[in-house]
Amino acid sequence: MAKRSAPEVNAGSMADIAFLLLIFFLVTTTVEKDKGILRSLPQIEPPSDDPVIIKQKNLFTVLLNKNDQLLVEEEQMEVKDLRQAAIDFLDNGGSTDASGNNCDYCQGARNPSSSDHPDKAIITLQHDRETSYGKYIEVQNELVAAYNVLRNREAKRLYNTTFTKMMADKDDVYYQGDVDKLKERIDVIKDLFPLKLSEAEPKSN
Amino acid sequence: MGKFSKKKAGELPPVSTASLPDIVFMLLFFFMVATVMRDTSLMIENRLPSADQVEKLEKDRSMFIYAGKPSAQYKNFGTEARLQINDKYASIENVQSAVQEARAGLRPELQDRLVVALKVDKNTNAGLISDVKQKLREINALKIMYITNVRKTE
Repeated sequence: MAKRSAPEVNAGSMADIAFLLLIFFLVTTTVEKDKGILRSLPQIEPPSDDPVIIKQKNLFTVLLNKNDQLLVEEEQMEVKDLRQAAIDFLDNGGSTDASGNNCDYCQGARNPSSSDHPDKAIITLQHDRETSYGKYIEVQNELVAAYNVLRNREAKRLYNTTFTKMMADKDDVYYQGDVDKLKERIDVIKDLFPLKLSEAEPKSN
Repeated sequence: MGKFSKKKAGELPPVSTASLPDIVFMLLFFFMVATVMRDTSLMIENRLPSADQVEKLEKDRSMFIYAGKPSAQYKNFGTEARLQINDKYASIENVQSAVQEARAGLRPELQDRLVVALKVDKNTNAGLISDVKQKLREINALKIMYITNVRKTE
């Protein structure tokens, strides 16, 4: 024989390569998950209940008209300024809560004509039937952001972490620390700035 | 004799096809894993709004309600925003029965934790959504999530 043909390539390890690739993709692919703003609707109260009287200074009124314009506390405002305005309102701490305690963690202006205590401060959001949903979500997002900023601040002060991280840890099955303690701490922070965001029935001009 | 049957120089050995099944299976597995099963085909336009204060939706306890203008191939339904539940258009009266049905289909321990996920086009009138929310309140399905795209800020 003068010249031999080339030996056949050994295909036995092909399967290994294929499985290696398969496992690589398995590990690196993330399945897209839906995300969004979680909100709880209020329960329907029996109509016979006496309406609770809330002082005007404890109410932060946000109106959104059908042209997507924003009116906050009787003044026109841009969406980008809403977050800070809501923070100032919630963090004001002008007076005491229902049981007479001062808000010793508030860092606001303590303006007597703004909210008494985060526990009493309520944000009301009213929109028109013709308001666009996109704008409505933008406003919701800013108001939730205001609460998150304040809760993060308190989490930083008390536990040297952020509220966002605590919430992420709570859902993390691999979390190393004490889950019960974590939940307790989350409740403490939530109590400091309870989310009181009410939505009035929309106007139908 | 042998020297005449010598193979021509440059002829290639046949390519082994033994590994083709492996490659095919690999592709199959990859697509099986990476594909999200979409059980509803959208009959409406659905461009979601963006937000940054978002939480994850827990799929095991959720149902979806879509809303938006009918998409291009359903022009005959008009241009007014409509609701879609599962595979078909729904009216505001159907919301409650659909939610009850979804709730009954959940595992018992999750039934009172049902989250109604609202996937709503950003150009929809917010009034439609507040009608839906009112209906949800009436049947005590109080947890809702506005599904949004995630905007990266800060």
